[in-house]
Amino acid sequence: MLRYTFQRIVLALAIVFFAISALYTVMITLPGDPTTVLLGPRATAEIRADFRERMGLDNPVYVQIAQFWGRILTGDMGTDFNRNRPVAEAVLNALPHTMALVFGAIFWSATLGILLGAFSADNRGSWLDRISGVLSVAFIAAPSFVVALYSLLVFSVWLRWFPTIGAGEPGDIMSRLYHLALPSFAIGLAWVGYVARIVRASMLEALGENYIRTARAFGLPRRTVIYNYALRVAILPAVQVLGVGIGGMLSSAVFAEIVFSRPGLGSLIYDSVSGRNYPVVMGSMLVAIGFFVTCALIADLINAALDPRHRSKA
Amino acid sequence: MTAALQIDDLTVHYATREGALQALRDVSITVPEGKIVGVVGESGCGKSTLINALLQLLPENATLPAGRITLEGEDVTHASTRRLRQMRGQEMSVIFQDPMTSLNPVLSIGRQMRDIQYRQPGNRTEKDRRSANMLGRVGIPDPVGKLSAYPHELSGGMRQRVAIAMAALMRPRVLIADEPTTALDATLEVQIIELLKEIQREIGCAILFISHHLGVIAELCDRVVVMYAGVAVEEGPVEDVFLRPGHPYTIKLIECDPGRLKVRVADLPSIPGSLPDLTDPPAGCIFQDRCERATEICATPPPRAPQRPGHWAACHHSGPEGS
Amino acid sequence: MNAFRHTLLGRLLADPLAVFALAIVTLLVVSAIFADVIAPHDPTAMNLVDRFATPSTTYWMGTDNLGRDTFSRLLQGGRIALYVALTAVTISGLIGLILGMLAGFGPRWLDNALLFFFDTLRAYPTIILALALAALMPRGLGTVIIVVVITSFAEYGRVVRTQTLSLKNSEFILAERAMGASFARIVFHHILPNVLGPFFILAAMNLPVVITIEAGMSFLGIGVPPGTPSWGATLKDGFDYIRTTPWILLSGGLPLILATVGFTFLGEALRDQLDPRLRKTR
Repeated sequence: MLRYTFQRIVLALAIVFFAISALYTVMITLPGDPTTVLLGPRATAEIRADFRERMGLDNPVYVQIAQFWGRILTGDMGTDFNRNRPVAEAVLNALPHTMALVFGAIFWSATLGILLGAFSADNRGSWLDRISGVLSVAFIAAPSFVVALYSLLVFSVWLRWFPTIGAGEPGDIMSRLYHLALPSFAIGLAWVGYVARIVRASMLEALGENYIRTARAFGLPRRTVIYNYALRVAILPAVQVLGVGIGGMLSSAVFAEIVFSRPGLGSLIYDSVSGRNYPVVMGSMLVAIGFFVTCALIADLINAALDPRHRSKA
Repeated sequence: MTAALQIDDLTVHYATREGALQALRDVSITVPEGKIVGVVGESGCGKSTLINALLQLLPENATLPAGRITLEGEDVTHASTRRLRQMRGQEMSVIFQDPMTSLNPVLSIGRQMRDIQYRQPGNRTEKDRRSANMLGRVGIPDPVGKLSAYPHELSGGMRQRVAIAMAALMRPRVLIADEPTTALDATLEVQIIELLKEIQREIGCAILFISHHLGVIAELCDRVVVMYAGVAVEEGPVEDVFLRPGHPYTIKLIECDPGRLKVRVADLPSIPGSLPDLTDPPAGCIFQDRCERATEICATPPPRAPQRPGHWAACHHSGPEGS
Repeated sequence: MNAFRHTLLGRLLADPLAVFALAIVTLLVVSAIFADVIAPHDPTAMNLVDRFATPSTTYWMGTDNLGRDTFSRLLQGGRIALYVALTAVTISGLIGLILGMLAGFGPRWLDNALLFFFDTLRAYPTIILALALAALMPRGLGTVIIVVVITSFAEYGRVVRTQTLSLKNSEFILAERAMGASFARIVFHHILPNVLGPFFILAAMNLPVVITIEAGMSFLGIGVPPGTPSWGATLKDGFDYIRTTPWILLSGGLPLILATVGFTFLGEALRDQLDPRLRKTR
């Protein structure tokens, strides 16, 4: 397990390193003046010359990448030239909002998806199972930003059940959750479908296993057999899928943040793109990828920890 | 006196695309109190169907057109779901063939043993103590520590001991053993057989022991039923059946048993031919297509020809040389 | 081949969901091809008198803030969506096919390097990468296609690699090699036909995802150029006027949902038919 954990962490770090380096390389080697890219169009000629000197922009690409990571490791992610603040500050302010959104979506998809999947497997072949199967596919297929837009229209604008704008009062948990419910549901809906399908399939597989027959042969109640013995095994693949799914949820979060006018990484990047605010784009990208890779890694390790067969193997 | 387990004319069909598959036909087996009855037969003879029918855990496409199973005089085939759940594990329990797959991989041994006592009074500590006692009884070292172990952390022999401990935990009246030694090597096999004998003496249960291994049956059982393609073809006291088999199938089975070969041979002897199509079984004797003694009369249902007291063979030409 | 196609289509038609999906997809494809003929108005013509018109017999789905007919714009949008989806899926599929076979056939180090490359690409959240690249590249369908290709070919690569690896060591390939079959013969006669099944299933499942990405990028204003009638652009207009004229939003999302659901169900049905192993789990 220790060795496995170590391998996974090294791989995750390497992925973040290469993903960001590649993007940075594209940025500095693109035709045009990189000082415009990194300082913004309003910088004066002296500032540009000074910056070019200080950042070593005349050095070979690999030296520049090394210098870039050197700055990142000291916490310097550049300057947000629109609002004149460090990028690190902007990004770290935005991250918790996006994390709340993603974890909210995971909450929805895990609870609803597992319920739906377990219920379908338990009532296999019934018309409820069929409906839930069709619904799952429809949930997966429906674009999350259309779900976000439609739920904004129906539940916030027409019915006025939920707020339309913002992330709630700072410090007021209930207000925060109230503002979080609808956007996170819009992101999570597709994953409700995924989780339901996976839980259903792996549960049907588990129900065919010998140990389920053993449990039934010892007269354990049907509920215990299905919801405790089978579901416990069937949840494992769902954890993995949700971990990998965080990448997709981050994409959906961009839309949810814009549609519901919430602060977060997505709206930060979105606002920076129109202003060609490259340092912020780069910083948000780094944090987004880092967050995603970390979550996938954690899901992987949780999975290994939950499955005792895995625990002693590696 | 009522038998511990009585199976009368049990018939099980599976609905398949090709029609009804007759997995068991008119099987009758009696297991008297405190006795060990063996069921022997090759794969496909209906052993697993028999076990599933006993536990009433047959798949959904199975039907029971005829037959009755009684446990200590109580009808199992018509028992309510609720009553069935009480019987399972308490009054009859099973030791399954492969302890690797029949124990839940993600639950600890202690948790699984605690769960099967859910109907029993007492708190968690008491139930754990009972489990640990039983684990100790079946010869598992450090039984208390093993409660927190997971199945994959134990060796094959240890896992099989756990499976026996689980089956014996509720001191059932009938223990069904489904090839409990097949997955083990010879040394372990002997140990497990000894253990089963001890457990049987201690809790005084009857055992239905299912195996394809003639040596094990001979070692352990009082009586034996020979099954072929869903039909019981011969039954009698173990020694009698093995020393003086009456049915041509039993004779072949004993000839082909690798255990009685004195020298190593390149090819194990086997019975020529293959199992009949059970969706359309032949009229009369089920074994006729592969039988050297078959004549025209074999197309009619064979009688239960008595061999010696308490020993019969379902054959027109039974006996050592045929007739 | 003819018989095969016949049976596949026949089997698809036996599944009501597949028929439903086929109907939607056919409707979309036909309306995209004949968009110019069907459209009652010029999709880019502005009519400032009829701004924000409610749905009527003249404007079936109303008009937008510039008085353009929403229905005609959506028809034209279907054309863009299908064009982007087919182009991007073809390009990323081909890249994935080549890289996946390379990984499957190549030496160990190449396989590991390509796997790491695939893993790295999968770490980019699609829309966030789209935003980052949009900041660097000109706005247009080309950028949309590049973003989709970058974020999706790794998936094809992985599937093809797995399939190739399992085939490479199968007995019939080993037998062929033992008899001195050329590399090209093995690749084109044995590996490729066997890889194509899972490959097309993946492609079918990928189409709705690509359609969503195009619409999403256009919604964010980093997709089609301004004024182009994409579904995403219509949704953006609808979002801007959500309180006053909700029908723009409602009608804008409709074809997108129809398309994604239709293609997804079709992909599912295809997979069920082509991959009998998966049929059991449904």
